[in-house]
Amino acid sequence: MARAADVVVIGGGIHGCSTALHLALRGLKPILIEKDYAGRHASGVNAGGVRQLARDLHEIPLSISSMDLWERIEELVGDDCGFDAHGTVLVAENEAELAGFRERVEDLRLRGFEHEELIDASELRRLVPAVSERCPGGVVSRRDGAADPFRTTQAFRRRAVEKGAEVIEGVTVTGLSRSGANWRVETTDGDFEAPKIVNAAGAWADRIAAMLGEPVPLAVVAPMLMVTSRLAAFIKPVVILRGRKLSFKQLENGTVVIGGGHLSTPYRDSNETVLDWEKLAISARTVWELFPAMHQATIVRAWAGIEAYMPDGIPVVGRSSTSEGVFHQFGFSTHGFQLGPGTGAVMAELVATGSTNTPIDGLGIERFAAK
Amino acid sequence: MTAAADLAPSYELVVIGGGPAGLAAAALAARAGVSTVLFDENPGVGGQIYRAITSTPVRSRAILGEDYWDGAALADEAKASGALIVNGATVWSLDRQRLVGVSLGGKARLIEAGRVIIATGSQERPFPIPGWTLPGVMTAGAAQTALKAQGLVVGGRTVLAGSGPLLWLLAAQTLRAGGRIDAILDTTPRRNWLQAMLHLPDFALSPYFAKGLALLREVRAKVPVHRAATIEAVGTDRVREVVFSGAGGTRRLPVDLLLLHQGVVPNVNLANAAGVAHVWNDRQLCFVPVLDAEFGSSVPGIAVAGDGAGIAGGTAAAERGRIAAIAAVRALKPQAAVPDTQAIRQRLQREEMGRAFLDCLNRPADSFRLPEGDTIACRCEEVTAKQVRETAQMGCEGPNQMKAFLRCGMGPCQGRLCGLTVTELIAAERKTTPDEVGYYRLRPPVKPITLAELASLPISEAERKAVER
Amino acid sequence: MFKRLADSSPAIAISVDGKTVTARAGDTVAAALLAAGIDHCRTTPVTGAPRAPYCLMGVCFDCLVTVDGVGSRQGCLIPVREGMKVETQLGRREAGR
Repeated sequence: MARAADVVVIGGGIHGCSTALHLALRGLKPILIEKDYAGRHASGVNAGGVRQLARDLHEIPLSISSMDLWERIEELVGDDCGFDAHGTVLVAENEAELAGFRERVEDLRLRGFEHEELIDASELRRLVPAVSERCPGGVVSRRDGAADPFRTTQAFRRRAVEKGAEVIEGVTVTGLSRSGANWRVETTDGDFEAPKIVNAAGAWADRIAAMLGEPVPLAVVAPMLMVTSRLAAFIKPVVILRGRKLSFKQLENGTVVIGGGHLSTPYRDSNETVLDWEKLAISARTVWELFPAMHQATIVRAWAGIEAYMPDGIPVVGRSSTSEGVFHQFGFSTHGFQLGPGTGAVMAELVATGSTNTPIDGLGIERFAAK
Repeated sequence: MTAAADLAPSYELVVIGGGPAGLAAAALAARAGVSTVLFDENPGVGGQIYRAITSTPVRSRAILGEDYWDGAALADEAKASGALIVNGATVWSLDRQRLVGVSLGGKARLIEAGRVIIATGSQERPFPIPGWTLPGVMTAGAAQTALKAQGLVVGGRTVLAGSGPLLWLLAAQTLRAGGRIDAILDTTPRRNWLQAMLHLPDFALSPYFAKGLALLREVRAKVPVHRAATIEAVGTDRVREVVFSGAGGTRRLPVDLLLLHQGVVPNVNLANAAGVAHVWNDRQLCFVPVLDAEFGSSVPGIAVAGDGAGIAGGTAAAERGRIAAIAAVRALKPQAAVPDTQAIRQRLQREEMGRAFLDCLNRPADSFRLPEGDTIACRCEEVTAKQVRETAQMGCEGPNQMKAFLRCGMGPCQGRLCGLTVTELIAAERKTTPDEVGYYRLRPPVKPITLAELASLPISEAERKAVER
Repeated sequence: MFKRLADSSPAIAISVDGKTVTARAGDTVAAALLAAGIDHCRTTPVTGAPRAPYCLMGVCFDCLVTVDGVGSRQGCLIPVREGMKVETQLGRREAGR
C-alpha cells in the first residue's frame, strides 16, 4: 500500500523544509522525502548570508517577502536560528565600481525598491572599520544579516514536523508516475501517493524533472567556503565584493567565514567535493589586501556544499510545464538560503490556492523549454 | 634544508609521515628508482616511536631500550636511499586526485603525486576524565616524547594512570633515567584477562611476550601500583591532586604531573579528509581505513601503512610500509626490482601475532571512554559529555550534526581529541553501534594553515589570467 | 615538573612574554616552556581556562602560542631559534591587536 499525503515534497534543504512547514500551517498533510538528512548539503553548509542586496530583479519580491519572515523567524520556527541583522555591505574597490553601484541603486529606486543604499567612504569606514583605506564607498542593505544555516534548516524541519508534516530521511525517490488523480512517488522505501508534488531537490532536481519528461539545464556546483579560528571581534556586517569573488563574515563566536563563489569539483553521486586550493588562495590574497586585521588569522577548515546553478543564475519557482500538480522550487544558484523562508510560503500558497500574491514572473521552468 | 620553493611540482610517490612505515616505504621505493618525497612535520624523522632518533640527547642506550635504537637503521636506510626527506613539512590537504597541500617554513605548495602512502601513524586515545584539561595533566606519550627528543625527565610528584604497553614502557624509561614516579593507577578492567587469555597462546609466541613481562617486573619492583575504577584530576589553575577509587575506597594523591594513557588509535584525519572509507574495529575500539592486502585504500593510488592502518606496533609498521611501497613501485615502474613480498609478510605476521591478546587485555573500560556530566568531551570548544549526551537524546543522530549543534570537533584539533568519544557517546545514547553512527567528515586543511601560507601558494598561469581584470 | 638529564646541548636564548628563557638546541617551543617551568601557555577562547602542552605530538593543539608575531602556532612542532619571541595567548588574542 502506498502511503498517502496531500503533497509530497522532494528534498530536505531549507526550501523543502520551509515549504513543508507552510503547507502544514495551511492545514495540508505534506510528506517530505530526503535522500540524506535535512540540511546535509548546501542548505546546511552555506555561508549563512541573509541578503537582499545585489539580487536579480526577478527575485527581489521573493527576497523581500522572505526578509519579513526572517525578521520574525523565532515566532515562525521556535528558534532564532542565530539570525543577526548587521547589514550586508557591498564594497566598491574603485571609483568605476562605485559609479556602477550608483546606477543600480538609482534604477532600483525608480522601480520602487529602497532596500539598497549608496554609501560614501566615511560611512563605509564607519560600518566596516577594518576594510582597507583605499575603498571609496559601497552599497548597504541595512536589514540584511546572517544566520546559522544548519540550525535554520533543522529548525524548519522540526517545526514542520510539529505542525503535522512527516519527514522521511535516508530515502531516495526513484520514479514518478500517474495513478488516477494522484501522483505515485516511488522510493527506495516504498511508494507514496499525493495529488501534488513539490520538487525541491536542489542539485538533484534535474533528475526529478527528467522523470516528468521536463529536462532542465542544471549545473551541479559546489562553492567553497573556509573558516578561521576565533578572532577578536572586528567586523559586524557581511561584506561582499563585485569584481573579485568574496563574501566575508565574522560570526558571533569570533570565527570568520570566507566565501564568494569560487567553485570546487562536485561529485553528486557520492556526496563528495574536491576543493580547489589555488582558488582558495585567491580568496586568501583578496582578504589579505582588504583586511589587514586578518594577517595573523589561521584557516581551520574549508568545505563546499553541493547545489544547483541555472544558466541564467536565477531559480526555478512555479508550476511544471508538463505535469499537472507538480511544482518546482530549485536552482537557487548559490544564493537560495535567504529566499528559503519566503519561497516556502509562496510555494505553499501556490500549491494550496493555485496562485500567489508574490510575483514570481520570469522564474518558471518553461523558460528552458526546447525552442 | 629543503625550502618550499625547492620542491618539484610532482613526484611519483609522496609518503606522508616519517615514522617506521614512512621511512621504510620511502627507502624501498627510492631504491627501486621511484622519485620519492617524504614529508614529516616534526623537526626530525622517527615518528613517535623513534622520536628524535637522529638527534636525541639521551646518551645511555639502556634508558630508552634497544627497541628504540632499532629506528636508527631505518632512518639511515631512508637517508641513503635517495628519497627526498623533508622535515618541518605539514601536509594539510590530500584529495582523491592525489594533490598534496604542504606547508614548509611559512610557505605553502600543492604537489601532484603519482601515488601516495599515508603513514601518519597513531595518536593516544582520548582519555576524558574530570580535570583532564588542567595544566599538569599530560599524556604518557608526551612525557616519553620530552624524554626522547629533549632529554627531559619527570621530576616532580608524578602519577601515571591508564593501561597499555606504552604506560609501562614510559614508567621503566623514566625510572632508568632517574625520574620520579609516585604511583601507577592501573585502569585495566580485571575481566579483560578472561577475554585476553583466549589469545594467550599466540601472544606467548610473539616478540612482545617476554618484553612485556620483563617491563612489568621492572616497574612493579619500584613503584606502587593501584587499581583504579575512577580517576579525577583536581585543581583550579593546575592539577593539585589526583583522586581515584578502587577496591580500597577513594584515595587522593598530591601531584605535580598526572600522565594519562589508554592505548593508541589510528590518526585518521588525513585519510578521512581524502575520502578514504573507514570502518569501526570493535576489538581496537576505533575507526580503521578499509584496505586491501597491499594496504591500498578505497581511493585509487592512496595507501595507508603503519599504525594508521590499525594498531600493530613499530616493527609491523615498517613491514607494512614496505608492502605498500612494493605495490606503489609495481604500479609506477613495473620493470623495477623489488624485494620478495613473501619474506616481508612472514615477518609482519609474526609481529601481528600478539595483537589480539594485547587488544583484549588493554581494552579501556567504558567508564574511561564514555564520560558523564561536566567532564569535557571536546577540549577545543569545551563541550561537556552531558551536552553531547543530551543532544543525542534530543534526536541528533551523528557527529556531523553534533558539530552544528555544539561545535564539538570544530576547533583547531579537528576532532582528534573528541572524535571517538563523541561517536561512542552518540552510539550509547541512541542504543546503536559506533559503525552506524560514523565519524566526523573531516575537512581540509587537516592542520590549520595561516592565511599568509595559503596566500603564498604560487599562482599558476591559468589562475593569473583568470584574475586579471 | 621536568628536569634535564644533561645540559650538554648548546644554550639558546628565547623570550617568553618579554622575559628571557634559556632553552637548549633540540628543544621545541613547547618543550622549552615545560623545561622552564612555565605552567600554562594559553587560555581558551571559550571560557578563558588555562591550558598547557598536553600531547607534545601535534594532535591536541593545547600548546598554541604566538611565535614571532604569528598567532596560534603549535609550540610542540616548532624548534627554538636564538632570539625567538614567544607570547602566551589569552583567549582570542590572535587578531585585531
